[in-house]
Amino acid sequence: MSDAIDGLCVTRAGPLALLQDAGRCGVRRLGVTQGGPADQHGWAWANHLVGNAWGTPALEVTFGGLELVAERALVVAVAGADLAATLDGEPLPGWRSLAIKAGQRLAFDTPVNGLRAYLAVAGGFSAPPVLGSVSCVVREGLGGHDGQGQRLVEGDRLRVTPCRAGSGRERAGEAPPQEAIDYRQPAVLSLLPGAQVGEFSGESLYRAFNMPWRVDDRADRMGVRLAGPPLHCRVTSMISEGIGLGAVQVPPDGQPIALLNDRQTIGGYPRLGALTPLACSRLAQCLPGQEVRLKAVPSERALDEYRRFRRTFA
Amino acid sequence: MSGPFPKGLPRLEPAGLDGCLVRLFDAIDEANMPWLTALVRDCEAAFGDRLIDLVPSYTTLLVIFDPLRLSPAEARQRLSELLARLTPDEETSYAPVKELPVWYDASVGPELGRLAELAGMSRDEVIACHSERDYRVFALGFAPGFAFMGSVDARLEAPRLDTPRRRVPAGSVAVAGRQTSAYPAVTPGGWNLIGRTPAVLFDRDREGFSLLQVGDRVRFVPIERAEFERLGGDSRPMEEAR
Repeated sequence: MSDAIDGLCVTRAGPLALLQDAGRCGVRRLGVTQGGPADQHGWAWANHLVGNAWGTPALEVTFGGLELVAERALVVAVAGADLAATLDGEPLPGWRSLAIKAGQRLAFDTPVNGLRAYLAVAGGFSAPPVLGSVSCVVREGLGGHDGQGQRLVEGDRLRVTPCRAGSGRERAGEAPPQEAIDYRQPAVLSLLPGAQVGEFSGESLYRAFNMPWRVDDRADRMGVRLAGPPLHCRVTSMISEGIGLGAVQVPPDGQPIALLNDRQTIGGYPRLGALTPLACSRLAQCLPGQEVRLKAVPSERALDEYRRFRRTFA
Repeated sequence: MSGPFPKGLPRLEPAGLDGCLVRLFDAIDEANMPWLTALVRDCEAAFGDRLIDLVPSYTTLLVIFDPLRLSPAEARQRLSELLARLTPDEETSYAPVKELPVWYDASVGPELGRLAELAGMSRDEVIACHSERDYRVFALGFAPGFAFMGSVDARLEAPRLDTPRRRVPAGSVAVAGRQTSAYPAVTPGGWNLIGRTPAVLFDRDREGFSLLQVGDRVRFVPIERAEFERLGGDSRPMEEAR
Protein backbone atom coordinates (compact mmCIF):
# COMPACT_ATOMS: atom_id res chain seq x y z
CA MET A 1 0.00 0.00 0.00
CA SER A 2 2.63 2.50 1.08
CA ASP A 3 4.71 2.02 -2.07
CA ALA A 4 1.69 2.37 -4.38
CA ILE A 5 2.15 4.56 -7.41
CA ASP A 6 -0.21 6.17 -9.90
CA GLY A 7 -1.22 3.72 -12.59
CA LEU A 8 -4.29 4.82 -14.51
CA CYS A 9 -6.43 7.93 -14.65
CA VAL A 10 -10.16 7.79 -15.41
CA THR A 11 -10.92 10.12 -18.31
CA ARG A 12 -14.50 8.94 -18.84
CA ALA A 13 -16.66 7.04 -16.35
CA GLY A 14 -18.94 4.31 -17.57
CA PRO A 15 -22.08 3.25 -15.70
CA LEU A 16 -20.29 1.01 -13.20
CA ALA A 17 -16.63 0.22 -12.61
CA LEU A 18 -15.65 -1.19 -9.23
CA LEU A 19 -12.47 -2.48 -7.68
CA GLN A 20 -12.84 -6.06 -6.44
CA ASP A 21 -10.59 -8.41 -4.52
CA ALA A 22 -11.77 -11.86 -3.41
CA GLY A 23 -14.42 -10.34 -1.14
CA ARG A 24 -14.98 -9.44 2.50
CA CYS A 25 -14.81 -12.26 5.05
CA GLY A 26 -15.65 -12.63 8.69
CA VAL A 27 -18.07 -9.70 8.99
CA ARG A 28 -21.28 -11.13 7.57
CA ARG A 29 -22.61 -11.59 11.09
CA LEU A 30 -22.61 -7.77 11.28
CA GLY A 31 -24.82 -7.50 8.22
CA VAL A 32 -21.85 -6.70 5.96
CA THR A 33 -22.15 -8.36 2.60
CA GLN A 34 -19.51 -10.42 0.82
CA GLY A 35 -18.71 -8.31 -2.26
CA GLY A 36 -16.04 -9.59 -4.60
CA PRO A 37 -16.11 -10.19 -8.35
CA ALA A 38 -19.50 -11.16 -9.75
CA ASP A 39 -17.65 -13.31 -12.30
CA GLN A 40 -14.91 -14.97 -10.32
CA HIS A 41 -13.75 -16.88 -13.40
CA GLY A 42 -13.06 -13.81 -15.54
CA TRP A 43 -11.58 -11.90 -12.59
CA ALA A 44 -9.24 -14.77 -11.70
CA TRP A 45 -8.01 -15.10 -15.28
CA ALA A 46 -7.32 -11.39 -15.67
CA ASN A 47 -5.15 -11.48 -12.55
CA HIS A 48 -3.48 -14.74 -13.52
CA LEU A 49 -2.51 -13.50 -16.96
CA VAL A 50 -0.43 -10.69 -15.46
CA GLY A 51 1.13 -12.92 -12.81
CA ASN A 52 -0.96 -11.72 -9.85
CA ALA A 53 -1.85 -14.02 -6.97
CA TRP A 54 -5.44 -15.05 -6.25
CA GLY A 55 -7.23 -12.24 -4.42
CA THR A 56 -5.35 -9.34 -6.00
CA PRO A 57 -7.66 -6.36 -6.61
CA ALA A 58 -8.79 -5.99 -10.23
CA LEU A 59 -11.31 -3.70 -11.87
CA GLU A 60 -14.80 -4.97 -12.69
CA VAL A 61 -16.18 -2.98 -15.64
CA THR A 62 -19.92 -3.45 -16.17
CA PHE A 63 -21.54 -2.52 -19.53
CA GLY A 64 -18.47 -0.54 -20.71
CA GLY A 65 -18.25 3.20 -21.26
CA LEU A 66 -15.06 3.51 -19.20
CA GLU A 67 -11.95 5.20 -20.52
CA LEU A 68 -8.58 5.21 -18.78
CA VAL A 69 -5.19 6.71 -19.56
CA ALA A 70 -2.03 4.97 -18.41
CA GLU A 71 0.18 7.18 -16.26
CA ARG A 72 3.15 4.87 -16.65
CA ALA A 73 4.16 1.72 -18.49
CA LEU A 74 2.02 -1.19 -17.26
CA VAL A 75 1.37 -4.82 -18.04
CA VAL A 76 -2.40 -5.38 -18.21
CA ALA A 77 -4.92 -8.07 -19.12
CA VAL A 78 -8.62 -7.94 -19.83
CA ALA A 79 -10.73 -11.09 -19.31
CA GLY A 80 -14.40 -11.85 -18.88
CA ALA A 81 -16.80 -9.99 -21.16
CA ASP A 82 -15.85 -8.52 -24.52
CA LEU A 83 -16.91 -4.91 -24.11
CA ALA A 84 -15.27 -3.85 -27.38
CA ALA A 85 -12.17 -2.66 -25.56
CA THR A 86 -9.63 -0.61 -27.49
CA LEU A 87 -6.10 0.65 -26.91
CA ASP A 88 -5.55 4.00 -28.61
CA GLY A 89 -8.52 3.17 -30.79
CA GLU A 90 -7.25 -0.25 -31.92
CA PRO A 91 -9.08 -3.40 -30.79
CA LEU A 92 -7.57 -4.74 -27.59
CA PRO A 93 -7.36 -8.53 -27.47
CA GLY A 94 -8.89 -10.12 -24.38
CA TRP A 95 -7.69 -13.13 -22.37
CA ARG A 96 -4.01 -12.24 -22.77
CA SER A 97 -1.52 -9.91 -21.16
CA LEU A 98 -0.02 -6.97 -22.98
CA ALA A 99 2.33 -4.13 -22.22
CA ILE A 100 1.01 -0.61 -22.49
CA LYS A 101 2.98 2.64 -22.44
CA ALA A 102 2.45 5.80 -20.46
CA GLY A 103 -0.15 7.99 -22.16
CA GLN A 104 -1.94 5.17 -23.93
CA ARG A 105 -5.72 5.25 -23.79
CA LEU A 106 -7.66 2.16 -22.77
CA ALA A 107 -11.39 2.33 -23.51
CA PHE A 108 -14.36 0.00 -22.99
CA ASP A 109 -17.31 0.59 -25.29
CA THR A 110 -20.44 -1.59 -25.16
CA PRO A 111 -21.17 -5.28 -24.53
CA VAL A 112 -20.37 -7.53 -27.47
CA ASN A 113 -20.15 -10.78 -25.54
CA GLY A 114 -21.00 -10.82 -21.84
CA LEU A 115 -21.60 -8.01 -19.39
CA ARG A 116 -18.59 -7.62 -17.08
CA ALA A 117 -14.97 -7.25 -18.12
CA TYR A 118 -12.07 -7.52 -15.69
CA LEU A 119 -8.98 -5.38 -16.01
CA ALA A 120 -5.93 -6.47 -14.06
CA VAL A 121 -2.51 -4.81 -13.90
CA ALA A 122 0.70 -6.62 -13.03
CA GLY A 123 1.35 -6.02 -9.34
CA GLY A 124 -2.32 -5.28 -8.74
CA PHE A 125 -4.40 -2.20 -8.04
CA SER A 126 -3.78 -0.72 -4.64
CA ALA A 127 -6.47 0.64 -2.33
CA PRO A 128 -7.05 0.97 1.42
CA PRO A 129 -8.61 -2.22 2.79
CA VAL A 130 -11.88 -1.60 4.63
CA LEU A 131 -12.99 -4.33 7.03
CA GLY A 132 -10.23 -6.49 5.59
CA SER A 133 -11.02 -6.04 1.89
CA VAL A 134 -10.91 -3.50 -0.93
CA SER A 135 -14.04 -4.98 -2.55
CA CYS A 136 -16.32 -2.11 -3.48
CA VAL A 137 -19.91 -2.35 -2.25
CA VAL A 138 -21.69 0.85 -3.24
CA ARG A 139 -24.79 0.18 -1.15
CA GLU A 140 -22.70 -0.13 2.03
CA GLY A 141 -20.22 2.63 1.19
CA LEU A 142 -17.34 0.23 1.78
CA GLY A 143 -14.16 -0.47 -0.16
CA GLY A 144 -13.18 0.55 -3.65
CA HIS A 145 -10.37 2.77 -4.84
CA ASP A 146 -11.13 5.42 -2.21
CA GLY A 147 -12.37 3.17 0.59
CA GLN A 148 -15.78 4.87 0.52
CA GLY A 149 -17.57 2.41 -1.74
CA GLN A 150 -17.70 4.75 -4.70
CA ARG A 151 -17.87 3.69 -8.32
CA LEU A 152 -15.20 5.23 -10.53
CA VAL A 153 -15.88 8.73 -11.80
CA GLU A 154 -13.99 10.97 -14.20
CA GLY A 155 -10.76 12.24 -12.72
CA ASP A 156 -10.26 9.30 -10.34
CA ARG A 157 -6.76 7.87 -10.18
CA LEU A 158 -6.15 4.19 -9.78
CA ARG A 159 -2.97 3.39 -7.91
CA VAL A 160 -1.01 0.22 -8.49
CA THR A 161 1.50 -1.81 -6.57
CA PRO A 162 4.78 -1.73 -8.49
CA CYS A 163 5.72 -5.03 -10.03
CA ARG A 164 9.19 -6.20 -9.16
CA ALA A 165 11.08 -6.92 -12.34
CA GLY A 166 12.55 -10.40 -12.49
CA SER A 167 10.40 -11.60 -9.56
CA GLY A 168 9.94 -14.83 -11.50
CA ARG A 169 6.17 -14.46 -11.52
CA GLU A 170 5.88 -13.62 -15.19
CA ARG A 171 3.58 -16.09 -16.89
CA ALA A 172 2.74 -17.10 -20.39
CA GLY A 173 0.19 -14.37 -20.88
CA GLU A 174 -2.53 -16.09 -22.84
CA ALA A 175 -5.50 -18.11 -21.59
CA PRO A 176 -6.35 -21.44 -23.23
CA PRO A 177 -9.06 -20.79 -25.84
CA GLN A 178 -11.70 -22.84 -23.99
CA GLU A 179 -11.53 -20.38 -21.05
CA ALA A 180 -12.76 -17.52 -23.25
CA ILE A 181 -16.42 -18.39 -22.79
CA ASP A 182 -19.01 -17.42 -25.38
CA TYR A 183 -21.48 -15.85 -22.98
CA ARG A 184 -24.05 -15.40 -25.76
CA GLN A 185 -24.78 -19.13 -25.78
CA PRO A 186 -27.63 -20.33 -23.53
CA ALA A 187 -26.19 -20.96 -20.08
CA VAL A 188 -26.71 -24.11 -18.05
CA LEU A 189 -26.37 -23.19 -14.38
CA SER A 190 -25.40 -25.92 -11.91
CA LEU A 191 -27.48 -25.81 -8.73
CA LEU A 192 -27.06 -27.72 -5.49
CA PRO A 193 -30.56 -28.49 -4.18
CA GLY A 194 -31.35 -26.97 -0.80
CA ALA A 195 -33.35 -27.93 2.26
CA GLN A 196 -36.66 -26.53 1.01
CA VAL A 197 -36.55 -28.16 -2.40
CA GLY A 198 -39.10 -30.74 -1.25
CA GLU A 199 -41.57 -28.01 -0.37
CA PHE A 200 -42.04 -27.08 -4.02
CA SER A 201 -44.81 -28.79 -5.96
CA GLY A 202 -43.75 -31.59 -8.31
CA GLU A 203 -44.88 -29.59 -11.29
CA SER A 204 -42.87 -26.57 -10.13
CA LEU A 205 -39.75 -28.70 -9.72
CA TYR A 206 -40.24 -30.13 -13.18
CA ARG A 207 -40.54 -26.63 -14.61
CA ALA A 208 -37.63 -25.29 -12.58
CA PHE A 209 -35.18 -27.81 -14.00
CA ASN A 210 -36.61 -28.50 -17.45
CA MET A 211 -37.80 -25.18 -18.81
CA PRO A 212 -35.78 -22.18 -19.88
CA TRP A 213 -35.65 -19.07 -17.68
CA ARG A 214 -35.22 -15.59 -19.01
CA VAL A 215 -32.81 -13.21 -17.28
CA ASP A 216 -34.93 -10.27 -16.17
CA ASP A 217 -33.76 -6.67 -16.41
CA ARG A 218 -33.97 -6.51 -12.63
CA ALA A 219 -30.42 -7.79 -12.31
CA ASP A 220 -27.49 -6.32 -10.43
CA ARG A 221 -24.70 -7.33 -8.09
CA MET A 222 -27.26 -8.17 -5.37
CA GLY A 223 -29.18 -10.65 -7.45
CA VAL A 224 -30.59 -11.68 -10.79
CA ARG A 225 -34.30 -12.28 -11.22
CA LEU A 226 -35.32 -15.13 -13.52
CA ALA A 227 -38.62 -14.84 -15.38
CA GLY A 228 -40.82 -17.77 -16.34
CA PRO A 229 -43.93 -19.63 -15.25
CA PRO A 230 -44.32 -19.08 -11.49
CA LEU A 231 -43.07 -21.76 -9.07
CA HIS A 232 -45.21 -22.77 -6.14
CA CYS A 233 -43.79 -23.54 -2.73
CA ARG A 234 -45.82 -24.69 0.27
CA VAL A 235 -43.63 -22.48 2.47
CA THR A 236 -44.14 -18.82 1.64
CA SER A 237 -42.02 -17.14 4.26
CA MET A 238 -39.60 -18.25 6.92
CA ILE A 239 -37.77 -16.73 9.86
CA SER A 240 -34.81 -14.89 8.30
CA GLU A 241 -31.62 -16.91 8.09
CA GLY A 242 -28.15 -16.59 6.61
CA ILE A 243 -27.99 -16.76 2.83
CA GLY A 244 -25.02 -18.04 0.88
CA LEU A 245 -23.67 -16.99 -2.49
CA GLY A 246 -25.83 -18.21 -5.36
CA ALA A 247 -28.89 -19.05 -3.23
CA VAL A 248 -31.94 -19.21 -5.50
CA GLN A 249 -34.82 -17.82 -3.48
CA VAL A 250 -38.43 -17.92 -4.58
CA PRO A 251 -40.64 -15.12 -3.25
CA PRO A 252 -44.44 -15.51 -3.30
CA ASP A 253 -44.65 -14.26 -6.93
CA GLY A 254 -42.92 -17.51 -7.92
CA GLN A 255 -40.12 -15.85 -9.87
CA PRO A 256 -36.73 -17.07 -8.65
CA ILE A 257 -33.94 -14.67 -7.73
CA ALA A 258 -30.34 -15.89 -7.77
CA LEU A 259 -28.50 -13.99 -5.07
CA LEU A 260 -25.01 -12.77 -5.92
CA ASN A 261 -22.08 -11.10 -4.18
CA ASP A 262 -23.79 -7.97 -2.83
CA ARG A 263 -26.92 -9.74 -1.53
CA GLN A 264 -28.22 -9.04 1.94
CA THR A 265 -26.72 -11.43 4.48
CA ILE A 266 -30.04 -12.83 5.76
CA GLY A 267 -33.43 -13.42 4.21
CA GLY A 268 -36.66 -15.31 4.67
CA TYR A 269 -37.82 -16.75 1.37
CA PRO A 270 -37.70 -20.48 0.59
CA ARG A 271 -34.89 -21.53 -1.71
CA LEU A 272 -34.56 -24.09 -4.46
CA GLY A 273 -30.91 -24.41 -3.57
CA ALA A 274 -27.69 -22.63 -4.41
CA LEU A 275 -25.89 -22.09 -7.70
CA THR A 276 -22.28 -23.23 -7.67
CA PRO A 277 -19.65 -20.45 -7.62
CA LEU A 278 -18.90 -21.03 -11.30
CA ALA A 279 -22.62 -20.93 -12.16
CA CYS A 280 -22.80 -17.54 -10.39
CA SER A 281 -19.89 -16.39 -12.52
CA ARG A 282 -21.65 -17.53 -15.66
CA LEU A 283 -24.96 -15.90 -14.69
CA ALA A 284 -23.16 -12.63 -13.94
CA GLN A 285 -22.22 -12.45 -17.63
CA CYS A 286 -25.80 -12.83 -18.90
CA LEU A 287 -27.59 -9.83 -20.34
CA PRO A 288 -31.30 -9.24 -19.66
CA GLY A 289 -33.40 -11.32 -22.03
CA GLN A 290 -30.87 -14.14 -22.25
CA GLU A 291 -32.03 -17.69 -21.65
CA VAL A 292 -30.64 -19.86 -18.86
CA ARG A 293 -31.43 -23.33 -17.56
CA LEU A 294 -31.03 -24.71 -14.07
CA LYS A 295 -29.45 -28.12 -13.64
CA ALA A 296 -29.37 -29.97 -10.32
CA VAL A 297 -25.91 -31.41 -9.64
CA PRO A 298 -24.48 -33.44 -6.76
CA SER A 299 -22.13 -31.51 -4.51
CA GLU A 300 -19.24 -33.95 -5.06
CA ARG A 301 -19.17 -33.20 -8.75
CA ALA A 302 -19.51 -29.45 -8.22
CA LEU A 303 -16.71 -29.56 -5.68
CA ASP A 304 -14.40 -31.42 -8.10
CA GLU A 305 -15.12 -28.89 -10.79
CA TYR A 306 -14.49 -25.93 -8.49
CA ARG A 307 -11.29 -27.35 -7.07
CA ARG A 308 -10.04 -28.01 -10.62
CA PHE A 309 -10.79 -24.39 -11.49
CA ARG A 310 -8.96 -23.10 -8.43
CA ARG A 311 -5.89 -25.29 -8.99
CA THR A 312 -5.01 -23.16 -12.03
CA PHE A 313 -4.59 -20.16 -9.75
CA ALA A 314 -2.88 -21.85 -6.79
CA MET B 1 -28.03 -34.31 22.51
CA SER B 2 -29.12 -32.29 25.46
CA GLY B 3 -30.65 -28.86 25.30
CA PRO B 4 -34.03 -27.31 24.69
CA PHE B 5 -34.25 -28.19 21.01
CA PRO B 6 -37.57 -28.99 19.36
CA LYS B 7 -38.16 -32.45 17.91
CA GLY B 8 -35.97 -33.20 14.89
CA LEU B 9 -33.56 -30.37 15.69
CA PRO B 10 -30.73 -29.45 15.53
CA ARG B 11 -30.55 -30.29 11.85
CA LEU B 12 -27.80 -29.72 9.31
CA GLU B 13 -29.01 -28.43 5.96
CA PRO B 14 -27.11 -28.03 2.69
CA ALA B 15 -26.27 -24.46 1.74
CA GLY B 16 -24.21 -24.51 -1.42
CA LEU B 17 -20.68 -25.67 -2.07
CA ASP B 18 -19.11 -23.77 0.81
CA GLY B 19 -21.91 -23.69 3.35
CA CYS B 20 -23.91 -25.62 5.89
CA LEU B 21 -26.91 -24.25 7.74
CA VAL B 22 -27.40 -25.42 11.32
CA ARG B 23 -31.06 -25.21 12.28
CA LEU B 24 -31.31 -25.20 16.07
CA PHE B 25 -34.79 -23.88 16.78
CA ASP B 26 -38.10 -23.33 15.01
CA ALA B 27 -39.39 -20.19 16.71
CA ILE B 28 -38.06 -16.76 17.66
CA ASP B 29 -37.12 -16.73 21.34
CA GLU B 30 -34.45 -14.89 23.24
CA ALA B 31 -33.59 -18.12 25.02
CA ASN B 32 -32.19 -19.32 21.65
CA MET B 33 -29.41 -16.80 21.69
CA PRO B 34 -26.98 -18.30 24.25
CA TRP B 35 -27.06 -21.54 22.21
CA LEU B 36 -26.43 -19.72 18.95
CA THR B 37 -23.56 -17.63 20.31
CA ALA B 38 -22.07 -20.77 21.86
CA LEU B 39 -22.12 -22.48 18.49
CA VAL B 40 -20.48 -19.42 16.91
CA ARG B 41 -17.70 -19.64 19.49
CA ASP B 42 -17.26 -23.41 19.00
CA CYS B 43 -17.17 -23.11 15.20
CA GLU B 44 -14.45 -20.48 15.38
CA ALA B 45 -12.37 -22.77 17.55
CA ALA B 46 -13.02 -25.99 15.65
CA PHE B 47 -12.80 -24.76 12.04
CA GLY B 48 -9.88 -22.38 12.54
CA ASP B 49 -8.64 -20.91 9.29
CA ARG B 50 -10.92 -23.18 7.27
CA LEU B 51 -13.77 -20.96 8.43
CA ILE B 52 -14.69 -18.14 6.03
CA ASP B 53 -17.74 -16.65 7.72
CA LEU B 54 -20.61 -17.19 10.15
CA VAL B 55 -24.12 -15.77 9.99
CA PRO B 56 -26.16 -16.36 13.16
CA SER B 57 -29.83 -15.41 12.90
CA TYR B 58 -32.84 -16.02 15.22
CA THR B 59 -32.92 -19.82 14.98
CA THR B 60 -30.05 -20.78 12.68
CA LEU B 61 -26.34 -20.47 12.06
CA LEU B 62 -24.97 -20.41 8.53
CA VAL B 63 -21.40 -21.69 8.46
CA ILE B 64 -19.31 -20.74 5.42
CA PHE B 65 -16.05 -22.66 5.01
CA ASP B 66 -13.18 -22.84 2.53
CA PRO B 67 -14.31 -25.35 -0.12
CA LEU B 68 -10.71 -25.98 -1.16
CA ARG B 69 -9.89 -27.42 2.25
CA LEU B 70 -13.18 -28.82 3.46
CA SER B 71 -16.01 -30.57 1.65
CA PRO B 72 -19.65 -30.11 2.63
CA ALA B 73 -19.59 -33.67 4.01
CA GLU B 74 -16.51 -32.96 6.15
CA ALA B 75 -18.08 -29.74 7.42
CA ARG B 76 -21.24 -31.64 8.40
CA GLN B 77 -19.16 -34.18 10.28
CA ARG B 78 -17.39 -31.45 12.28
CA LEU B 79 -20.65 -29.66 13.01
CA SER B 80 -22.29 -32.88 14.24
CA GLU B 81 -19.44 -33.32 16.69
CA LEU B 82 -19.78 -29.74 17.93
CA LEU B 83 -23.53 -30.08 18.37
CA ALA B 84 -23.16 -33.27 20.39
CA ARG B 85 -21.36 -31.36 23.15
CA LEU B 86 -22.89 -27.90 22.77
CA THR B 87 -23.57 -25.98 25.98
CA PRO B 88 -25.13 -22.50 26.17
CA ASP B 89 -22.90 -19.46 26.37
CA GLU B 90 -23.25 -18.04 29.88
CA GLU B 91 -21.69 -14.75 28.80
CA THR B 92 -24.59 -14.14 26.42
CA SER B 93 -27.14 -15.10 29.07
CA TYR B 94 -25.82 -12.57 31.56
CA ALA B 95 -24.25 -9.94 29.31
CA PRO B 96 -24.58 -6.38 30.62
CA VAL B 97 -27.33 -4.36 29.00
CA LYS B 98 -26.19 -1.89 26.33
CA GLU B 99 -28.07 1.39 26.53
CA LEU B 100 -29.13 3.31 23.45
CA PRO B 101 -30.20 6.91 24.17
CA VAL B 102 -33.23 7.93 22.10
CA TRP B 103 -34.89 11.25 21.47
CA TYR B 104 -38.50 10.14 20.91
CA ASP B 105 -40.23 12.90 18.97
CA ALA B 106 -42.64 13.14 16.05
CA SER B 107 -40.25 15.39 14.11
CA VAL B 108 -37.70 12.56 13.89
CA GLY B 109 -40.13 9.70 14.48
CA PRO B 110 -43.14 10.42 12.26
CA GLU B 111 -44.92 7.13 13.15
CA LEU B 112 -45.01 7.85 16.88
CA GLY B 113 -48.62 8.97 16.39
CA ARG B 114 -49.50 5.92 14.28
CA LEU B 115 -48.23 3.55 16.97
CA ALA B 116 -50.14 5.48 19.64
CA GLU B 117 -53.30 5.21 17.57
CA LEU B 118 -52.86 1.49 16.90
CA ALA B 119 -52.14 0.79 20.58
CA GLY B 120 -54.84 3.09 21.92
CA MET B 121 -52.19 4.84 24.01
CA SER B 122 -50.83 8.34 24.36
CA ARG B 123 -47.47 9.07 22.75
CA ASP B 124 -45.84 9.21 26.16
CA GLU B 125 -47.23 5.77 26.95
CA VAL B 126 -45.79 4.44 23.69
CA ILE B 127 -42.39 5.85 24.63
CA ALA B 128 -42.61 4.36 28.11
CA CYS B 129 -43.70 1.02 26.71
CA HIS B 130 -40.88 0.91 24.12
CA SER B 131 -38.17 1.94 26.57
CA GLU B 132 -39.13 -0.04 29.66
CA ARG B 133 -37.93 -3.46 28.59
CA ASP B 134 -34.67 -5.08 27.54
CA TYR B 135 -34.43 -6.38 24.00
CA ARG B 136 -32.26 -9.11 22.61
CA VAL B 137 -30.33 -8.81 19.34
CA PHE B 138 -31.51 -11.77 17.24
CA ALA B 139 -29.59 -11.02 14.06
CA LEU B 140 -27.76 -8.33 12.15
CA GLY B 141 -28.65 -7.83 8.52
CA PHE B 142 -30.27 -5.58 5.92
CA ALA B 143 -27.32 -3.16 6.26
CA PRO B 144 -24.03 -3.17 8.22
CA GLY B 145 -24.83 -2.87 11.93
CA PHE B 146 -28.62 -3.04 11.54
CA ALA B 147 -29.74 -5.12 14.54
CA PHE B 148 -33.03 -6.99 14.56
CA MET B 149 -34.16 -6.80 18.18
CA GLY B 150 -37.13 -8.16 20.01
CA SER B 151 -39.58 -8.51 21.16
CA VAL B 152 -41.57 -5.31 21.57
CA ASP B 153 -44.73 -5.28 23.66
CA ALA B 154 -47.60 -6.83 21.70
CA ARG B 155 -49.55 -3.59 21.95
CA LEU B 156 -46.86 -1.80 19.92
CA GLU B 157 -46.95 -4.36 17.14
CA ALA B 158 -47.26 -2.43 13.88
CA PRO B 159 -47.06 -3.54 10.26
CA ARG B 160 -44.42 -2.10 7.95
CA LEU B 161 -45.34 0.97 5.92
CA ASP B 162 -47.27 0.20 2.73
CA THR B 163 -44.68 2.18 0.79
CA PRO B 164 -41.15 2.14 2.17
CA ARG B 165 -39.36 5.49 2.50
CA ARG B 166 -36.64 6.03 -0.04
CA ARG B 167 -34.51 7.63 2.61
CA VAL B 168 -34.45 6.97 6.35
CA PRO B 169 -32.00 9.15 8.33
CA ALA B 170 -29.16 7.50 10.25
CA GLY B 171 -30.00 6.79 13.88
CA SER B 172 -33.74 6.45 13.26
CA VAL B 173 -35.29 4.14 15.85
CA ALA B 174 -38.00 1.98 14.41
CA VAL B 175 -40.58 -0.74 15.01
CA ALA B 176 -41.91 -3.37 12.60
CA GLY B 177 -44.08 -6.26 13.66
CA ARG B 178 -42.77 -7.04 17.13
CA GLN B 179 -39.22 -6.10 16.27
CA THR B 180 -37.29 -2.93 16.83
CA SER B 181 -34.06 -1.50 15.48
CA ALA B 182 -32.05 1.63 14.75
CA TYR B 183 -30.82 2.48 11.25
CA PRO B 184 -27.01 2.73 11.25
CA ALA B 185 -26.82 4.78 8.04
CA VAL B 186 -29.12 6.46 5.55
CA THR B 187 -30.93 3.72 3.63
CA PRO B 188 -34.38 3.10 2.21
CA GLY B 189 -36.67 1.55 4.82
CA GLY B 190 -40.24 0.60 5.58
CA TRP B 191 -40.25 0.45 9.38
CA ASN B 192 -42.27 2.75 11.65
CA LEU B 193 -40.01 5.54 12.93
CA ILE B 194 -40.53 6.69 16.50
CA GLY B 195 -37.35 8.54 17.43
CA ARG B 196 -33.65 8.92 16.81
CA THR B 197 -30.48 7.86 18.62
CA PRO B 198 -27.23 9.86 18.56
CA ALA B 199 -25.29 6.59 18.94
CA VAL B 200 -22.97 5.62 16.10
CA LEU B 201 -24.15 2.12 15.33
CA PHE B 202 -21.55 1.15 12.75
CA ASP B 203 -18.03 2.53 12.66
CA ARG B 204 -15.39 1.05 10.38
CA ASP B 205 -12.66 2.40 12.67
CA ARG B 206 -13.99 0.86 15.87
CA GLU B 207 -12.93 -2.55 17.08
CA GLY B 208 -15.75 -4.95 16.30
CA PHE B 209 -17.20 -2.32 13.91
CA SER B 210 -20.80 -2.73 15.06
CA LEU B 211 -22.05 -1.29 18.34
CA LEU B 212 -24.55 -4.13 18.63
CA GLN B 213 -23.72 -7.80 18.22
CA VAL B 214 -25.91 -10.88 17.98
CA GLY B 215 -26.91 -12.00 21.48
CA ASP B 216 -26.56 -8.53 23.05
CA ARG B 217 -29.16 -7.19 25.46
CA VAL B 218 -30.24 -3.64 24.65
CA ARG B 219 -32.35 -0.99 26.32
CA PHE B 220 -33.57 2.28 24.82
CA VAL B 221 -33.25 5.25 27.17
CA PRO B 222 -35.44 8.32 26.49
CA ILE B 223 -33.52 11.60 26.34
CA GLU B 224 -34.51 15.19 25.62
CA ARG B 225 -33.58 17.07 22.49
CA ALA B 226 -30.83 19.07 24.22
CA GLU B 227 -29.16 15.90 25.44
CA PHE B 228 -29.56 14.31 21.99
CA GLU B 229 -27.77 17.26 20.41
CA ARG B 230 -25.10 17.32 23.12
CA LEU B 231 -24.39 13.67 22.27
CA GLY B 232 -23.86 14.62 18.63
CA GLY B 233 -27.29 13.71 17.28
CA ASP B 234 -28.60 15.34 14.11
CA SER B 235 -31.91 16.90 15.17
CA ARG B 236 -32.90 18.12 11.73
CA PRO B 237 -36.22 16.70 10.53
CA MET B 238 -36.57 13.77 8.17
CA GLU B 239 -35.66 15.21 4.78
CA GLU B 240 -32.72 17.26 5.92
CA ALA B 241 -31.01 14.86 8.31
CA ARG B 242 -27.92 13.04 7.15
